[in-house]
Amino acid sequence: MSDATANILIAESPLSEAWVVFRRSGLALFGLALLFVIIILSIVGPLFYAVDPFDIVWAPFTEPGVEAIVPLGTDQLGRDILAGLIYGGNATLLVGVSAALITVIIGISIGAMAGYYGGLADNILMRITEFFQVLPPLLFAMVLVTLFSPSLPIVAIAIGVVSWPSTARLARAEFIRIRNLEYVNAARSIGSKNTRIIWRVILPNALPPLIVSSTLSIGIAILFEAGLSFLGLSDPNVMSWGLMIGSGREYILDAWWVVTLPGAMIFLTVLSVSLVGDGLNDAFNPKLRER
Amino acid sequence: MIFLTALIRRLAWSILLIFAVLVLNFLLIHMAPGDPADVIAGEMGGATQEMLDDIRKSYGLDQPLHVQLWVYLSRAAQGDLGNSFFYNSTVLDLILSRIGPTLLLVITSLMFALVIGTSLGVIAARKPNGYLSYFVTIVSIVGYAAPIFWTGLMLVILFASVIPLFPISGMYDIRTEGGMFARGLDVAHHLVLPAFTLGIVYLAQYSRLTRASMLEILGSDYIRTARAKGVSEFKIYSKHALRNAILPIVTIAGLQFGSVISGAVLVETVFSWPGLGTLAFESILARDYPTILGILFFSAVLVIVANIITDMTYRIVDPRVGAPK
Repeated sequence: MSDATANILIAESPLSEAWVVFRRSGLALFGLALLFVIIILSIVGPLFYAVDPFDIVWAPFTEPGVEAIVPLGTDQLGRDILAGLIYGGNATLLVGVSAALITVIIGISIGAMAGYYGGLADNILMRITEFFQVLPPLLFAMVLVTLFSPSLPIVAIAIGVVSWPSTARLARAEFIRIRNLEYVNAARSIGSKNTRIIWRVILPNALPPLIVSSTLSIGIAILFEAGLSFLGLSDPNVMSWGLMIGSGREYILDAWWVVTLPGAMIFLTVLSVSLVGDGLNDAFNPKLRER
Repeated sequence: MIFLTALIRRLAWSILLIFAVLVLNFLLIHMAPGDPADVIAGEMGGATQEMLDDIRKSYGLDQPLHVQLWVYLSRAAQGDLGNSFFYNSTVLDLILSRIGPTLLLVITSLMFALVIGTSLGVIAARKPNGYLSYFVTIVSIVGYAAPIFWTGLMLVILFASVIPLFPISGMYDIRTEGGMFARGLDVAHHLVLPAFTLGIVYLAQYSRLTRASMLEILGSDYIRTARAKGVSEFKIYSKHALRNAILPIVTIAGLQFGSVISGAVLVETVFSWPGLGTLAFESILARDYPTILGILFFSAVLVIVANIITDMTYRIVDPRVGAPK
């Protein structure tokens, strides 16, 4: 009850309230800023740095900081590492976001139906979820990508297909919690259809934890993409950070920067996404709002 | 009695799951683009026409789909997961020869993560705003965000040239002489870096979780009661708080087994550890489908077994689970 009164007193929208809490965390703000820089670099960078990342521009294995024309050095073929980092971010972020989207769509649909309908539907859907949790996710994704060609869409679908179960469990728990609340009963009593109750009545109220988990899924998906690429399972025709790592890893002892730098980009991206996720988690937590 | 029925139900469901994994493998072979016989032979296995005909016949590929499924399942039930034409061996032999190193790596890493992670978490919980607490937070954030193979590669660079303390590749040195003990020591020496790389990810999670749940428990009423009646600080931590704080960690460690195996694939590839992970990597390069599907099947079985063990451990550690209400 104290929550509600606090809300009335502040009389702000839930979003701006969440922002107030989010803003208080230095780490979350740092994550947001870092993410912003990485996204801008990937989108705007190519306009200012017009070097094809596949072009051979200088002698192979040029160390970073030695030649002004290739500030971050070259890889085993003499390709510009800086160009790879700038152009490669696009593919990596795209795969990460679309895989997370697939994860969230499958996860929420299955979790919502299981949680809302309960009974036999719940039983069957949860058994299916359990089945998917038995398969080691990376191995399963490796099998899918190997069998169906390593193109960007296949990689994104494979990552989505192996990572939805935890989202489904979370969505299910939220739907079970909400499905018998008064406003849901009210919607039912005025004759709303089940689909309407699921998507328009319950889902908006179940969103906060799901938004947090979706944010974290982006980070997990990027790590997955990187892992698959490291094993040689990424599209060889599209530059990505993972591809740079996968093709450079044999030369790790001769040229540390070829793998270290794209790996650092992945680390920073996942770091920023997870800091933002943690911040959102606190921001949506009503217990922290009152303080 | 309750324990026994729970165990039996659990086993029955596990058998069903194993069966389902086999059906999935079968479907994958047929959903993949191209001729299933080609898939079974493996593209780079140099499948001759004669070999393909042989596969079609022995897998009944000219029969209707449900008959093929039956053939596939009954072969699998006899332990026949197909042949690797690339390695010139049966898939089962291949996997059995590689499963030991993977289990050694995975179990060592998990133990390392559990022991060090919970200890760090407990110590950090004593001073929620102390340096160690910040350290635990930072380690857990970094451990989550760094790609595991990247951490491994960084260690390879570090230990290959800067501090050559630990070997960076393989499981043993063929030059090692002496008895069992010397050889075991050699394997342990090689195990340090891979186990550390794989363990650090989970260590990060467990320390954070332990710290959080210890903080919650230390603030609870029964701890205050224990303090009030003069129980020593050590006993409060070890007997009253930790036993309850560790329960969620055990559950999570068990549920994460699949993800640990996934991590092991990458770590083994980085350190050329001769387990299932390197086998998976090599068979993907060779497009050796029967082997990679066999590994998927076997690792799923490992996860199922790990889940049963966790479930039963939990029932023993916490008698409230499954007790009649």
